[in-house]
Amino acid sequence: MNEQLIITTSPHFKHPTTTQRIMLDVLIALSPAVIASVIIHGWYALVMIAVTTLFAVGSEFIFNICVKKTQTISDLSSAVTGVLLALNLPTSTEIWQCAVGAIFAIVVVKCLFGGIGKNFANPAITARVLMLLAFAEVAGGQLGGNPFVEGSHADLIAGATPLVNIDKLSPEMFFKVTPSIPEMLLGLRAGAIGEGCIVALVLGGIYLIVRRVIKWEVPVAFIGTVYLLSWLITGNALLALYYILSGGLFIGAIFMATDYSTTPLNRLGKLVFAIGAGLLTVLIRFFGNYPEGVSFAILIMNILSPYIEKLCAKRPFGGAKNEK
Amino acid sequence: MFWFGFLGNTHIPHRKNTAGMAAEKIAPPGEVLLPMSQHIGAPATPIVKVGDEVKVGQKIAEASGYVSSPIYASVSGKVSKIESYLRPDGRTVPAIRIVSDGEMTLSDDITPPEVNDLESLVRAVRESGLVGLGGAGFPTAVKLEGVKKAKIDTVIINGAECEPYITSDTRTMLEESDLIKEGIDTLKKYLPDVRSFIFGIEKNKPECIKKLKELFALDEAVRVATLPSLYPQGGEKVIIYNTTMRVVPEGKLPSDVGCIVMNVTSLAFMAKYLKTGIPLVERSITVDGSAIKNPKNLVAPIGTPIRALIEAVGGLTEEGGKVIFGGPMMGQAACSLDEPITKTTGAITALSIKESTEPPVTDCIHCGRCVEACPVFLNPTVFSHALGLEGKDERVARLEEAKLGLCMECGCCSYVCPANRPLVQNNRIGKAEIREYKAHLIELAKAKEGR
Ligand code: SF4
Ligand code: SF4
Repeated sequence: MNEQLIITTSPHFKHPTTTQRIMLDVLIALSPAVIASVIIHGWYALVMIAVTTLFAVGSEFIFNICVKKTQTISDLSSAVTGVLLALNLPTSTEIWQCAVGAIFAIVVVKCLFGGIGKNFANPAITARVLMLLAFAEVAGGQLGGNPFVEGSHADLIAGATPLVNIDKLSPEMFFKVTPSIPEMLLGLRAGAIGEGCIVALVLGGIYLIVRRVIKWEVPVAFIGTVYLLSWLITGNALLALYYILSGGLFIGAIFMATDYSTTPLNRLGKLVFAIGAGLLTVLIRFFGNYPEGVSFAILIMNILSPYIEKLCAKRPFGGAKNEK
Repeated sequence: MFWFGFLGNTHIPHRKNTAGMAAEKIAPPGEVLLPMSQHIGAPATPIVKVGDEVKVGQKIAEASGYVSSPIYASVSGKVSKIESYLRPDGRTVPAIRIVSDGEMTLSDDITPPEVNDLESLVRAVRESGLVGLGGAGFPTAVKLEGVKKAKIDTVIINGAECEPYITSDTRTMLEESDLIKEGIDTLKKYLPDVRSFIFGIEKNKPECIKKLKELFALDEAVRVATLPSLYPQGGEKVIIYNTTMRVVPEGKLPSDVGCIVMNVTSLAFMAKYLKTGIPLVERSITVDGSAIKNPKNLVAPIGTPIRALIEAVGGLTEEGGKVIFGGPMMGQAACSLDEPITKTTGAITALSIKESTEPPVTDCIHCGRCVEACPVFLNPTVFSHALGLEGKDERVARLEEAKLGLCMECGCCSYVCPANRPLVQNNRIGKAEIREYKAHLIELAKAKEGR
């Protein structure tokens, strides 16, 4: 018999899930939204997704070379960031803006903080918010005179995202000029390319829950909080439905509020995070002067995440109190 | 503080391939190696010399302290060497090598012990060489004696057998249920304060649960608790909580909450010893794993080299993998096939090269899987982080604040980590650091006094 044995310490078994597999699952979960975005918003959407993904992965690759770090792009997390970023942008975004956003997300928000797991703010969201502030095309969120859009389904859609309308109109008028609920569910409306198609997003969300990548309570609590509070404030259950279906709530709740690095480790903390983000979303939407609060809400919660994590940690089983 | 439901949260593969296989006795090995430390506590002291003739069941080493255990010759033959043996955990202890004469002649001194009260029961159990056969190796007599110091009202019989592959306890429950019953009767007789006996068995062993339930159907004091198939049900604190809802506080023992936990095979052995007087010289052992051709349950003399066991099951399918004392979750990898099994080896697990090769360690992605997996609600990332701190004081303070002492090294955290972080491995390093630090403090204090 061969005497050479492999010697390591226990445990000798490993769960098959790896970081790469998790990120692959997220990419799979995003694919319905990607397909929907191309159907609804045309080929330009695909170009945007390709560009952000390419630049996200590429900038991580180059960054790692520059700082002489072992290559990490095979964990697919930068690809996830790239796809997510594009899905959060409207077709009015220029190609070069997509590229700048992706580079910013990866280099400044992720890599400079030490890479995967160490960044405190969600790269895709931070980049999106920055782009909203910096580029008028992104902020507009409208389907503009972009050459790629012509002839696509997007032409059918009445101008603005419903949230803009809600502010200006009485409820009666509002229901007349905005897309119907089925249209909202399918994503036949303006806005970022990936945020509209609720059906596709929920499909992806269910996949992630089944694969145990995310906890079901996070999107449910996030969206539920927004729904309940919107209902409370408007007094109109149907209108509240519009509130949750419009803007980036579903994509935010399913794909961003469940990001590992930027949310608490423990399950209770994740729940608190989700409820907090829902609360902030409603506050920003109704009382801030900005119609879309999801990104800001998640960003603010990102900053609070370490504190939530500490407060929500379970007491070790049988552990005595630490005297201070 | 309340906890809901059961402790333990990790699904691991069961692979109880051998659950239906009765244990077979192996042919006497050519030689055995008996390390003096096969238990928790002080190593035993050899009382034989090189060249001595020994017989099966003859005492060859004396317990050398309160927490210690004697060791008996497991084959008949000649003591060929007293050497030093490097245990898989890195400690070096003396070990007695016996070349077998192949006869397995029983020693003439063997007589059933006389037991008529707790005192004599404890003495008998101590003499039997019995230690926790589930793998912990804590001398059983010391546990039983705890009854004198603390009010024990519950005895938990651990039949969880939560590791993959291992079925030696399963076989005990199925084949030696009479001994189990006798063992319970003995404990009832000499531990009158104990009001309940609870068997904790994972629900992946329905035959065992059924068998024991039938066996004790008329006995009010005995309860068979079905535990979820979630690792680590066999952990002492876990099984105590999951069967009695009692929480063993930090730094306390099970006896402080009125419990004794005993492995089911230990219980059966105790009953057998009281009948026959044959001390702990052999044990049942599962030989399985992805690199084992025909997995089997064997009964082998303690001290048998792994090689003999593997040969007895038809060899390995593939060489160069990993061979583990115990199961894959908590077992220790053997350095060579010449290493002997000890009292606490319930299984030999041989893994294929593929299963022995670990994926690369990557950065923590802060996913929280380890936190959720930890059966005692620790946050393993904190320990690993603390180890990176500058300054020993700070490191130790942070480790203690985060309750590293509560870690039972079950390995759930490392098992689930998608980045393959060495979490439990770091915890062991951390524990060693705390030990060293404390020893250092004591030395400093002593030096001060001396001045
Ligand atoms: S090894 Fe320790 S820290 Fe890790 S899961 Fe087990 S008890 Fe928790
Ligand atoms: S399971 Fe691994 S990757 Fe996840 S938080 Fe724990 S250490 Fe980090």
